[in-house]
Amino acid sequence: MPTAAKPRKVDRRRFLTDSARMAGGCAVAGTLLAYVTNDAKALPDQAIRPPGALPEDDFLAACIRCGLCVRDCPYDTLVLAELGVDGAATGTPYFTARNIPCEMCDDIPCVAACPTGALDKDLTVIDDARMGTAVLVDQENCLNFLGLRCDVCYRVCPVIDEAITLETMHNERSGHHAIFAPTVHADKCTGCGVCEKSCVLPESAIKVLPLRLARGEAAEHYRLGWEEQDAKGAPVVEGIIDLPDRLPGPGTDNLAAPGGFEPTYKLPGVSQ
Amino acid sequence: MSTKGKVHLPVGQEAREVKGWFGAHKYLVLRRISQTFFLFLFLMGPWFGLWWVQGNLAGSMTFGVLPLNDPMILLQGMFAGHWPETTALIGGLIVLVAYGLIGGRVYCSWVCPINPVTDTAHWLHDKLNLPKGWQPKRATRYWILGTVMAVSALTGTIAWEVINPVTMVHRGLVFGMGFVWALVIGIFFFDLLVARRGWCGHVCPVGAFYSLIGTKSLLRVSAVDRSACDDCMDCYAVCPENQVISPALKGKDGSTPLILSPDCTNCGRCIDVCAVDVFAFTHRFDTHVEAPKDAVSDTEPPNRHAA
Repeated sequence: MPTAAKPRKVDRRRFLTDSARMAGGCAVAGTLLAYVTNDAKALPDQAIRPPGALPEDDFLAACIRCGLCVRDCPYDTLVLAELGVDGAATGTPYFTARNIPCEMCDDIPCVAACPTGALDKDLTVIDDARMGTAVLVDQENCLNFLGLRCDVCYRVCPVIDEAITLETMHNERSGHHAIFAPTVHADKCTGCGVCEKSCVLPESAIKVLPLRLARGEAAEHYRLGWEEQDAKGAPVVEGIIDLPDRLPGPGTDNLAAPGGFEPTYKLPGVSQ
Repeated sequence: MSTKGKVHLPVGQEAREVKGWFGAHKYLVLRRISQTFFLFLFLMGPWFGLWWVQGNLAGSMTFGVLPLNDPMILLQGMFAGHWPETTALIGGLIVLVAYGLIGGRVYCSWVCPINPVTDTAHWLHDKLNLPKGWQPKRATRYWILGTVMAVSALTGTIAWEVINPVTMVHRGLVFGMGFVWALVIGIFFFDLLVARRGWCGHVCPVGAFYSLIGTKSLLRVSAVDRSACDDCMDCYAVCPENQVISPALKGKDGSTPLILSPDCTNCGRCIDVCAVDVFAFTHRFDTHVEAPKDAVSDTEPPNRHAA
């Protein structure tokens, strides 16, 4: 077949029909591909991305699924999602806290290993990582809430006394004990999952959830009056009249208080 | 149409008789060694704890200093709106330059783990003498490549990686297979029953991308001794992209003997299978053609080695 054949007229109709056919086929194939890629965006709630991972949408544009973060993880925490087995987008790195949690290495080797920046190099202090946040999802089974001093999640927390604190409250059931409630502070919790891993129950009562699930969001215009007042050092609203508070005590119509008296007006239908 | 009366010999038999089995399979054997070698590099870590090379074909790090990244994946990422870090850019550039020099589709025939699968499918296809089936235009893969980039941009994800069997199989072997074997079987049967040389030859956008990289590559196969060709057609039978042969082999006097089509995978099978050694590896500026030997002597045995 000679290369320099005699110049042929470009068959315009053929060219256009061929191109139209290709374009049509590609539109169908492309739609299917787009559907599959969108489907792959659904990250299961138990699958936690490595520290520094970009928000999921950006992450899937950046992660080339090379697994270098997995290789440099000294605790074998990270794994690559396997096709049809793990729910995360195939080949992307994640970990399951209850299996192996993130040990929060100081040098963050997974972030250092990432060639594309899918794990953000701006994360230099591991305490700033926000892989998710722990939530005490089941107070009914939490041993501390039942009145025991299990405290394990609190003790193992790498950010102890900041990310998890024990808040005392009255134990209504026994009437004379305290409940030491493990309380997560999402502004300090990295989502490493050590608490979830360590929970002594057969199914952990404290779990790391993605922030979108775990957290609400205050309206932008909301202000906490007491914080504003502290910041200003004075009442926020000028000229407010501070009326005397009506507390139970002598001289009030509250029989429970010493010196209280019978109310003059009886509510209808209320005996005694 | 053989000039020596050897009509309808099975493909490659003549070469085997003249050059021996190894001579007639040299580049095939070398390619299998190369494919195994590159896979083994990645498996040394998980298998023997020798972490010389970490990662997979999408991105790797060798001896902790040499980054290599698939430029096609990086390009999709850019379409999806992410500008990669310097490490990946350097790694992608190295791959781009390397394949730009030795031929983009050298990746396909010497490295890609899907190649043995489709080669096996084609071997069986030949054995079973199956019809060639659906043969979409060779340009289909470029259309698919364009579609992949468009979908990456529209969905903001690296789109082809959700189905790319090349990286999936490689990642599967190095990190964990999942259901990737189903993809491998799918491609095998696609090539066997639906479309001869279907995946690598018509569909795969990765191959299309590497074709584009290697458009001006230096390493080329040349039909140096094309005057010795006895039209046995064996090279057409073994070539996975046999549309690339004719311009070089059947070119008129004065036309280049080089196979310049970027579709050529530099697999070297045509060199193997040619009993009269028409083809040889050379560089793209070597346009010399052997003078027709028949004019000098008709009795000289066909043992000429070119370049």
